[in-house]
Amino acid sequence: MVGFWFLAPVMVAAALGILFVRKAVHAALLLAVVMIGLAVLYLVQDAPFLFTVQIIVYTGAILMLFLFVLMLVGVDASDSVVETIRGQRVMAIVVGLLFGVIVVLGVGQVSLGAVQGLAAANAGGNVPGLAQLLFSKYVFAFEATSALLITAAVGAMVLAHRERLTPKSTQADLAARRMQAYAEHGTHPGPLPAPGVYARHNAVDTPALLPDGSPSEISVSRTLQSHGTVKTAPTRDIDRLTGAIGDGTSNLPVRGSGPRGGIDGDPSDTSRPEEGDQA
Amino acid sequence: MSATPFLVLSAILFTIGCIGVLTRRNAIVVFMCIELMLNASNLALVTFSRVNGNLDGQVAAFFVMVVAAAEVVVGLAIIMTIFRTRRSASVDDASLLKY
Repeated sequence: MVGFWFLAPVMVAAALGILFVRKAVHAALLLAVVMIGLAVLYLVQDAPFLFTVQIIVYTGAILMLFLFVLMLVGVDASDSVVETIRGQRVMAIVVGLLFGVIVVLGVGQVSLGAVQGLAAANAGGNVPGLAQLLFSKYVFAFEATSALLITAAVGAMVLAHRERLTPKSTQADLAARRMQAYAEHGTHPGPLPAPGVYARHNAVDTPALLPDGSPSEISVSRTLQSHGTVKTAPTRDIDRLTGAIGDGTSNLPVRGSGPRGGIDGDPSDTSRPEEGDQA
Repeated sequence: MSATPFLVLSAILFTIGCIGVLTRRNAIVVFMCIELMLNASNLALVTFSRVNGNLDGQVAAFFVMVVAAAEVVVGLAIIMTIFRTRRSASVDDASLLKY
């Protein structure tokens, strides 16, 4: 019973968390907490087989399925908090709480009699006892579940399968379409520019800088833009850099005698960023 | 070990699942709340199995798990299909039958 009083608040808190977290992934993880807690409660109540099934099937398979679908669906606007039906949320919470109070009161009032315990039923082991019931008294229900599982598998395949209605476009088609777009709208037929690679930021979430120092929108993936994780390239950074290099050129007369004199002997090298800035 | 605390916990979890189905808008989260309700009823079944001293309740909980697995497979496939055509997993957007 100590385990119960420790687990029950954790499980209720995690279940309440499902109601309030905004991201569906967090809800799935909180649901995993509730399910593992339930598995432990099954073990406490002499149901070791259901403990194993709960961990393997529910937490292992079903929740992973949820996470797979979450990854496929991705982030969308369905987590918004705007109500579409006015007063629906308040009414739902009030009615739900009423329902909960009634059920809890009813369960608390009813007298269940003495708890008989499963010591006698589990005498020959829990799994043999369950198998005895499953293959004698509930054998038709068991067969029906096999039909149900096959139907579910076929249904999932039918729903997930997509028939190709148009022929698959080949590389030649893509090239022709690109040249068509260039002819009609002047879209650049070449590949999109690569993201910015600088000394300090060389990740794909940093836009490349155009010659005038402004960031290029099309150099960053649209997915990153919709997630809002694009780093803003320091627009005026290039001015500061050219300023710094300009200072360097003003100090250049000493370089002939310096140790680096042999390396950057060509003055056109140092003036290249300034040319780019003016372009 | 009394059975009532287990039943009360089961009722509380069922209620939370119920409120979640009514308030959340993301279809996947609504599905998770349905799973929560099924799990809560499983806890009640296992508890009643212990109260009555036979394994029938545990067999029933096992069947509930099988049905839940089948339901999740088909339900998530439906959500994926709706998402592919409507680009949204919100339960409010699938409202074509209304008009």
